[in-house]
Amino acid sequence: MAKRVGMEVAIAVAEAVGQCNIDMAAVYPITPQSHIGEHLSDLVADGRIDAEFITVESEHSAISAVIGASGTGARVYTATSSQGLMLMHEILPIASAMRLPIVMGIANRAVSGPLNILNDHSDTMPQRDSGWISIFVENGQEAIDMTIQSFKIAEHKDVNLPICVNIDGFQLTHMVESVEFPDQEMVNKFLPPREPFATLHPSKPLTMGAFAMADYFTEIMKAKNEALKNSKKVILAVWEEWARMFGRTYKPVEAYKTDGAETLVLTMGSMGETAEMAIDELRAEGLSVGLVKLRLWRPFPFAEIRDVLKNAKKVLVTDRAVSFGGPGGPVFSEIKSALYNERVRPAIYNYIIGLGGRDVPVTDFVSMIKKVVQDAGENADTYEFLGVRE
Amino acid sequence: MSHATGLQYLKKGVLPHMWCSGCGVGVMLGALVRSFEELGYERKDTVVVTGIGCTGKTDDYLVTNALHTTHGRALAYATGIKAFNPKLHVVVLMGDGDSVTIGGNHFLHAARRNMDLTAIIINNFNFGMTGGQFSGTTPADAITQTSIYGNAERQLDISALAELAGANYVARGTPYHVWELKTNIKEALSKKGFSVVEIYSPCPTHFGKNNKMKEATAMLQWLKESGLPVEKYNSLEKSARKGFFAVGKLVDREEPDFNTRYEEIRRRAMNLKV
Ligand SMILES: Cc1ncc(C[n+]2csc(CCOP(=O)(O)OP(=O)(O)O)c2C)c(N)n1
Ligand code: SF4
Repeated sequence: MAKRVGMEVAIAVAEAVGQCNIDMAAVYPITPQSHIGEHLSDLVADGRIDAEFITVESEHSAISAVIGASGTGARVYTATSSQGLMLMHEILPIASAMRLPIVMGIANRAVSGPLNILNDHSDTMPQRDSGWISIFVENGQEAIDMTIQSFKIAEHKDVNLPICVNIDGFQLTHMVESVEFPDQEMVNKFLPPREPFATLHPSKPLTMGAFAMADYFTEIMKAKNEALKNSKKVILAVWEEWARMFGRTYKPVEAYKTDGAETLVLTMGSMGETAEMAIDELRAEGLSVGLVKLRLWRPFPFAEIRDVLKNAKKVLVTDRAVSFGGPGGPVFSEIKSALYNERVRPAIYNYIIGLGGRDVPVTDFVSMIKKVVQDAGENADTYEFLGVRE
Repeated sequence: MSHATGLQYLKKGVLPHMWCSGCGVGVMLGALVRSFEELGYERKDTVVVTGIGCTGKTDDYLVTNALHTTHGRALAYATGIKAFNPKLHVVVLMGDGDSVTIGGNHFLHAARRNMDLTAIIINNFNFGMTGGQFSGTTPADAITQTSIYGNAERQLDISALAELAGANYVARGTPYHVWELKTNIKEALSKKGFSVVEIYSPCPTHFGKNNKMKEATAMLQWLKESGLPVEKYNSLEKSARKGFFAVGKLVDREEPDFNTRYEEIRRRAMNLKV
């Protein structure tokens, strides 16, 4: 039987990894990820899971070590945050090029400088083009579910790609939430042992990470792009299977009270729940507003986004990171490009919010949404840093 | 006789500091600013470069020039400062994670290059700032947040590493031997070439708590009882040294530093051209 418990989300993520029969984990500590690594090391040390835990000397070594282990056929996990993720940056495209199904938890935190340890999405955004599947979770339950699902998605024979699960640092990792762990036998059924399509094995030698110049490089890039795009089918299928087995449904894009809504606000990650409360409040006031929550960041769900936004007059996209010198936040520019070919397009607004841990309460969502609702169109296609002191 | 206080190097209004009671970082800071005063360092010709960690927070309290860098990379930043402006006194403050775990490569190369930098390292045998996890200097059988029954990995000896990699000066101190610590810091600061002061330091909050030394005094007691003056330590048979460590000056040599050698090569190249 699934059991419901109150647990810190970072610990719950480690427990979820522990349910996945991993062979090896390598983690370097960094706030707010550290409790994931610590708890995993406890699970290994206490013999609750039969795996190796390596206290590596950096995140660069963590990701490199899990690549090595994954190359031999192991099921592997790592987790990091902020500066640690930036340090892994060099290795991330190598993991995807080698088509290794690594699962990584990211406790999202602002990157330096200035030095900051609190939550935003500026660590994960620069990794966007690394060829990893990237998913955002909204609460502790999703963090558990996505972590377990990730192994199945990543290891699927039609995918073989690494995947990162974005979990807002502190706002999620350090919250004690009421969560339910799936029954272990059901997880075993859902997630059979990994069947690698190629491994570093003494009896069948092969090369991973070979050299490719102009003659093959483009083809390999295209293959990786196709693989990432095609992974969506598997992601959807895995979510369907999850819903059947565990009763919780997941979609690339979630709609909340969008029916007939003229203005839609879009969030990614833990702020979805705050935005929901703002929508409830504004609906009660009679405003025609709704909420769209983007869960799947890569592969980007173009069709689903077009579909959910098609009847809206205005869309307010929130971003938790800045694309300096660019067109606004990274989510904003993605949504815009998704809508570019539509004949009828909503007016689109961008707010950059919650940087470096700045709180965004319900009242802020309410006033942002109201501003957009009242705008006669002159501020469309612009971006604004919410509540900035000039 | 009045003693140096080093107060003129401390920012006003920032105390109390952030370190836990019984932590060794504050003792290091005290010894450092007193050394600055005794050597007549000026705020403007001194640059303190810090990494990330409890030790890395030291720059918050100083009025000298300060460069707070990234975890593990402080020595690389400092190398740039010194290469371009050799007149500056460049002091690098790091934890054991910073200096020889994530930043081990830079440590080897700063020593090999014999950069005229002073590295002061708080070795508290774990990652203090992030909550007491296993570090490259954690004794294999010690308990940390990521090694609850010990670890298969062995411990690095920072001072031995510094000697082997080419540092001109190496000393080991502790916050218990505070007078000697200041002497060693002053020697290191005055030395041309790469100099290292490794400080075995209490982290009662994590390392102490996990290793039956929860009280700050228990950690100091351990440092007092196991730290032997270099001569005494060296006079012991190898087998009798177990459980003890040497305190004081370990290496003192006069190899030319990077800037000196750079200047020599520059001259040679200029002469060749003429
Ligand atoms: C690239 C990177 N990885 C991880 C961290 C998180 N982190 C901050 S301080 C620290 C370790 C601190 O230990 P140490 O250097 O020994 O210094 P202490 O706090 O013990 O003084 C870590 C792992 C970081 N800031 N950057
Ligand atoms: S955690 Fe340890 S190293 Fe950090 S301030 Fe406290 S005692 Fe010092």
